[in-house]
Amino acid sequence: MHAIQTSGNCIRNTTTDQYAGAAADEIEDPRPYCELIRQWSTFHPEFTYLPRKFKIAVTGSPNDRAAVKVHDIGLRMHKNDAGETGFEVIVGGGLGRTPFVGKTIRDFIGKNDLFSYLEAILRVYNRFGRRDNKYKARIKILVHEEGIDKIRELVEEEWAQIKDGSLRVDDAEIAHYIEQFAPPAFEALSDDDADFERHKAENRRFANWVRSNVIEHKQPGYAIANVSLKPIGGIPGDATDSQMELVADLSEKYSFGDVRVTHEQNLVLPHVKKADLFAVWSELDKAELGTANLGYVTDIISCPGLDYCALATARSIPLSQRISERFGDLDRQHDIGELKIKISGCINACGHHHVGHIGILGLDKRGKEFYQITLGGDASEDAAIGKIAGAGFSEAEVVDAIESLVTKYIDIREDGERFIDTYRRVGMDPFKEVLYGDR
Amino acid sequence: MAIVKNDSLIEQEWITVDAEGDLPSSDENLIVPLARFKKERDSLLGRNGGLGVQLNPGDAPEDLADDLDRLSIITVNFPAYTDGRGYSYGRVLRERMGFTGELRAVGDVLRDQILYMHRCGFDAYELQVEGEVALNKVRAALKEMTVYYQPTGDGRATAQSLRERRRAAQEQKAS
Repeated sequence: MHAIQTSGNCIRNTTTDQYAGAAADEIEDPRPYCELIRQWSTFHPEFTYLPRKFKIAVTGSPNDRAAVKVHDIGLRMHKNDAGETGFEVIVGGGLGRTPFVGKTIRDFIGKNDLFSYLEAILRVYNRFGRRDNKYKARIKILVHEEGIDKIRELVEEEWAQIKDGSLRVDDAEIAHYIEQFAPPAFEALSDDDADFERHKAENRRFANWVRSNVIEHKQPGYAIANVSLKPIGGIPGDATDSQMELVADLSEKYSFGDVRVTHEQNLVLPHVKKADLFAVWSELDKAELGTANLGYVTDIISCPGLDYCALATARSIPLSQRISERFGDLDRQHDIGELKIKISGCINACGHHHVGHIGILGLDKRGKEFYQITLGGDASEDAAIGKIAGAGFSEAEVVDAIESLVTKYIDIREDGERFIDTYRRVGMDPFKEVLYGDR
Repeated sequence: MAIVKNDSLIEQEWITVDAEGDLPSSDENLIVPLARFKKERDSLLGRNGGLGVQLNPGDAPEDLADDLDRLSIITVNFPAYTDGRGYSYGRVLRERMGFTGELRAVGDVLRDQILYMHRCGFDAYELQVEGEVALNKVRAALKEMTVYYQPTGDGRATAQSLRERRRAAQEQKAS
């Protein structure tokens, strides 16, 4: 563990899918490329004093769990027409006080050329990014002000001059990094496990947990188990020392010693045998870590807010706890389906409210906290920045406001629609009406 | 103030002039800001003394493309160490444009940045401290790291190139 380039106006640590190397839907494990990016960017002599910080995210799956479209650079792995694997390069996304969905600067860059292309983008940003105002210094502002076509032209011009140079990474070198992330020693198993099926049939709580928290693994007979750190009414993302000890023990016993922390403030045991899932869940459940709510309305991302943070303008945690309690009933949550609520206690957007299906931004109005609601945000491959629904709500009103949105959705949804799908179909107006009536 | 180059302290043999105003006598060695160089190019090139150009943040090193062989020195100004544009100018001048004269970092040049500057093609550093103190800072900075991840034009071996060399040696042994 290290803290190199965790602050300063440099290239920060690269992030990726929490299911990397395990997900059934991934084209290829993205971690070798993340590691190559980490090495290329560590103590990079040219890019350590950029206009502002710089964050790169990579997804190896078409189902983007790494929020690549709201990073300074997002890389989406895909195959081109020739069947080669490479990356779509997305640039200029971000949240904070000026949110943007990133724009595609290049549809496809081959793996061997990735580093020269990144270097070209960074050189253009280092030379031409704004340095006169800290709040306008991220690459998203450069892309917004100059336009993606102009930036593409500059980057391509730069790239043409360096692409055949020493940054070209050959296949042997890539193989070296792929080796570093070799899959663990999976057993050859049948994908069906009779005991697992029996436990699901006999234990409804276990079956619910499997339904929401267990994700399909690429290796037959294995599964990805998510450990929810969002107990009903609890503080999002908190774990006690004994809970952490338990998860560490479970990871050693059942998941090749691998445990991951997600940006959605949960934990992942990436490689659990289906046959072991019941044992894992039973242990988690005893320690209040077995909540079956991944991706549901109570799986709220929340920043620390005014309770802890000197920058905050409002509290976040108590509000997320109250929403969690209001929607605590599991049957109701499963009925509502996927609904991502994200809460930030100030405009810096550490709770990612811009990309919440329902986003909540806590502000301060003459010494009183009030909460602005945004709708329609999305951090996935269909990334969108949420739109402000209207005037903010007082702390006393905001939970009822959220409930009225959910009730409206239940009323008008069509078969199989998630909240975000319904919002996209009907737009803001029906939701605005339940929030504000004739106001 | 002290200037360190090639592991030694060197004398200041250059006068850096402002964007406007009278020039010293024709025999003096002059460093002029890029904007002035562009404006007064012909008369500057006609002087007897040596000529150099100073790049400030926002300047384009590409503007010097036609005149590099006429310049003995280019200084790159870092008004604050946090303004990193000069690193890109260094690499463009050395690696792309092939400038072989002295490339001197001036301004807020601090110990922690010297290795990065060196990797970007700088070979001289004007520090705000004096004599041996400056020399020792540069010496220490250049020894800070021994293996590098990313290639630049400085010729230092990267971890990757060391691995490639090892792979090649193994293949040779095997055959």
